[in-house]
Amino acid sequence: MLPHLQLKRSRTWHIGPLLAALLALGGCGAPSDPSSETSKQTAVKLDPTKLAADQTLVRGGGSEPETLDPHKISGTPESAILRDLMETLVIASADGGVRPGVAESWETTDNQHYFFKIRESAKWSNGDPVTAEDFVYSWQRILDPKTASKYAWYLAAGKVKNAQDIVDGKQPPENLGVEAVDANTFKVSLEAPVPYFVSMLVHASTSPVHKGTVEQYGDQWTRVGNFVGNGAFRLTEWVVNERIEYVKNEHYWDADNVKLEKVRSLPIASPNAELKRYEAGEIDFTFEVPIEHINRLRKERADEVRTAPYIGTYYYEFNTTQPPFNDSRVRRALAYAIDREIMANKVMGRGEKPSFHLTPGIVTGFDAPATSWSQKTQAERVAKAKELLAEAGYNAQNPLKFSVLYNTNDNHKKVAVAITAMWKQTLGHVDVTLENQEWKTYLDTRANTDFDIARAGWIGDYNEPSTMLKLLLTDGGSNYSKYSNPKYDELFAKSAKELDLNKRAEYYAQAEEILAEDMPIAPIYQYVTQHMVKRHVGGYAPDPLDNYYSKDMWIIEH
Amino acid sequence: MLRFIAKRVLEAIPTLFILITVSFFLMRFAPGNPFSAEIAMTPEVMANIEAKYGFDKPVHEQYFSYLGGLLQGDLGPSFKYKDFTVNELVAQAFPVSLKIGLLAFIVAVTFGVTFGTIAALRQNTWLDYTIMTGAMAGVVIPSFVLAPLLVLIFAIGLDWLPAGGWHNGATPYVVLPVIGMSLYYIASISRIMRGSMIEVLNANFIRTAKSKGLSTPYIIVRHALRPAILPVLSYLGPALVGIITGSVVIETIFGLPGIGQLFVNGALNRDYSMVLGLTILVGALTITFNAIVDILYAVVDPKIRYA
Repeated sequence: MLPHLQLKRSRTWHIGPLLAALLALGGCGAPSDPSSETSKQTAVKLDPTKLAADQTLVRGGGSEPETLDPHKISGTPESAILRDLMETLVIASADGGVRPGVAESWETTDNQHYFFKIRESAKWSNGDPVTAEDFVYSWQRILDPKTASKYAWYLAAGKVKNAQDIVDGKQPPENLGVEAVDANTFKVSLEAPVPYFVSMLVHASTSPVHKGTVEQYGDQWTRVGNFVGNGAFRLTEWVVNERIEYVKNEHYWDADNVKLEKVRSLPIASPNAELKRYEAGEIDFTFEVPIEHINRLRKERADEVRTAPYIGTYYYEFNTTQPPFNDSRVRRALAYAIDREIMANKVMGRGEKPSFHLTPGIVTGFDAPATSWSQKTQAERVAKAKELLAEAGYNAQNPLKFSVLYNTNDNHKKVAVAITAMWKQTLGHVDVTLENQEWKTYLDTRANTDFDIARAGWIGDYNEPSTMLKLLLTDGGSNYSKYSNPKYDELFAKSAKELDLNKRAEYYAQAEEILAEDMPIAPIYQYVTQHMVKRHVGGYAPDPLDNYYSKDMWIIEH
Repeated sequence: MLRFIAKRVLEAIPTLFILITVSFFLMRFAPGNPFSAEIAMTPEVMANIEAKYGFDKPVHEQYFSYLGGLLQGDLGPSFKYKDFTVNELVAQAFPVSLKIGLLAFIVAVTFGVTFGTIAALRQNTWLDYTIMTGAMAGVVIPSFVLAPLLVLIFAIGLDWLPAGGWHNGATPYVVLPVIGMSLYYIASISRIMRGSMIEVLNANFIRTAKSKGLSTPYIIVRHALRPAILPVLSYLGPALVGIITGSVVIETIFGLPGIGQLFVNGALNRDYSMVLGLTILVGALTITFNAIVDILYAVVDPKIRYA
């Protein structure tokens, strides 16, 4: 506070010193404060078995949810809230598998017909029982063209009988392969065996909705007062762009074991604003961590930075439809010349892992193949890259010219600058321009295949390699590289039919080997999820898709 | 006066109409649409979504059906926040921006006029220099620098005030946003006020007043303030619109559920109806406040009379 007084006395002060002083003051504000959270907390050991009197969890919610209708969602902020308000048949467990949700058990003999036993004690937040009929109604609803769901493709991807035809409007929703055998037995019939079908059902879009409520209120059923859910919490407050609040649902089948009384989710889109409120003690659990603060946080709040591997890959996609990237040698050359150690550890540095394939190594049922390029040293890769580029006819007289497209964002810019510098330094004859576009424009440009190289990322929907590998199928909707290799498509089709886990893993590995040869995309690093979690929050245990449930958490006495 | 108001209203209608039309088509020209997403939807799913929101119809038909709704006061559904209509979202957000904005406006006018007057009266003294340097700082320090500094100092460092949140506008939650928002306007107003006050103080009628032996406070309040405030008034009309329709920076940093966030998110997400609705709101407010300023001019300045 002193600089302020000094400034007032001085007659000749200008903007420069004022700013500098203010910045210095702001900069030293938190650490110099002896009562800051960290020092207090490290001094006191918390006993995780002791519950605080106030069981309220305040969570950063990312951006404002687009909707709380589970059948209309598409993003992570919505899913994080719906996991608490609704319960799917099975829910994720921290080890990457599934555990019973509203279904207490399930059976299949052929991986094509599934029987889910719905808990007799399962109730909606208004006291109605949750029945197999509710699931029949709900799954028909998400596929119904009238619902206009962005995730309508999901059950079709799970090959639920007639799902695709219903989305296409060729059959009515009633023809979906689901059936209420009795009040508590929900039967699902698939068009072909899908051994990982159950693991797909963790996704919030497969949640049930309460038929009476949806029919009574239409598009307004998700409002406070109207909302009826079957999750561990029930909605009590919703101020758009400020907060969503929900309290423990006394009708929930496992309410006795739910410790939190209230959860408040704050939709703070700016990670920096979120971090400030976390540091001010207003938030217990952040949605993300701004990368520019990570080194400081690791020093000051080491045990609050929670990092976990994420089923997602950051990559550069090549436009394979036109020169220069219709030549796999050029694609490989550029992919090889990227030093992934530097990208993951220096440029990012949150715990990201270098990635040599599309499917992250942590995905259940995936054994990363030892592809030829992943086994080489970086120096060997660079040497090979130079060779390939020369072979493709690029040299000092004929440099490789192209542009790299990314959506406007500091992190993407950092990555692009680092990678293009690597290309220029190691390969020599490249002439790269960087182009950034605002998000929707960037999406449009990619969808129109109007780029040379575009940055991209893909996050899995479920924990099985197909969630990643389907991306590069010839008719894959998000295959913006326009990559097409019949052998790859065939392997994928074969893997889908294969019931033996080891065999399937083998097919997936072979598919990755094809990608290593064709290199339609250059994988860069494997994502991590990162949250700041206060030491007094117990029970935070995400799965590799960052699925966590408030019903597992509690506030420790502090 | 009545004729003047009637004339203003009649002028406003075509202005608004042009604003709506231009905005409507400009939005459609922007690349992407409300439903484009990274997860590409199958053409069938996309068609289902477009049909639901009437995007399958020709653009001119969409335009006329939008105008039709507008005449009944219906701004349409939000394409981004699917559980709400634009009317509902604006009704929820506008009071927030209005409260922060009006408070910031009152603070800005009070301090701006006072500081400007003091600086003018003490022209070329240390007091004048201090105020004017402060005003210069207030004008050039952007709110995205100022607001986080306020949070660092008063919320994290001193722990006096919350770092963000709205809580139905409870007093502690309003203080920092109002300061963050008003400093720029205090600075601007005091600069304008100082300039015009110096000019007025050198005018003949002030000299006359002084020669009559009137006291300085009496001269300032009774004679100088009214003419000196005219330039400030013409600045305040547009400033008030800007200030009550929300600052996206302040709202984002303090987590306030106001109009600014809706506007920017609307544009980023191609939420056509949201952007249009807010454009109409801001347009209507601008026209209204400019008219009010003109009327106030007539009240303050007897030289101006409207037919």
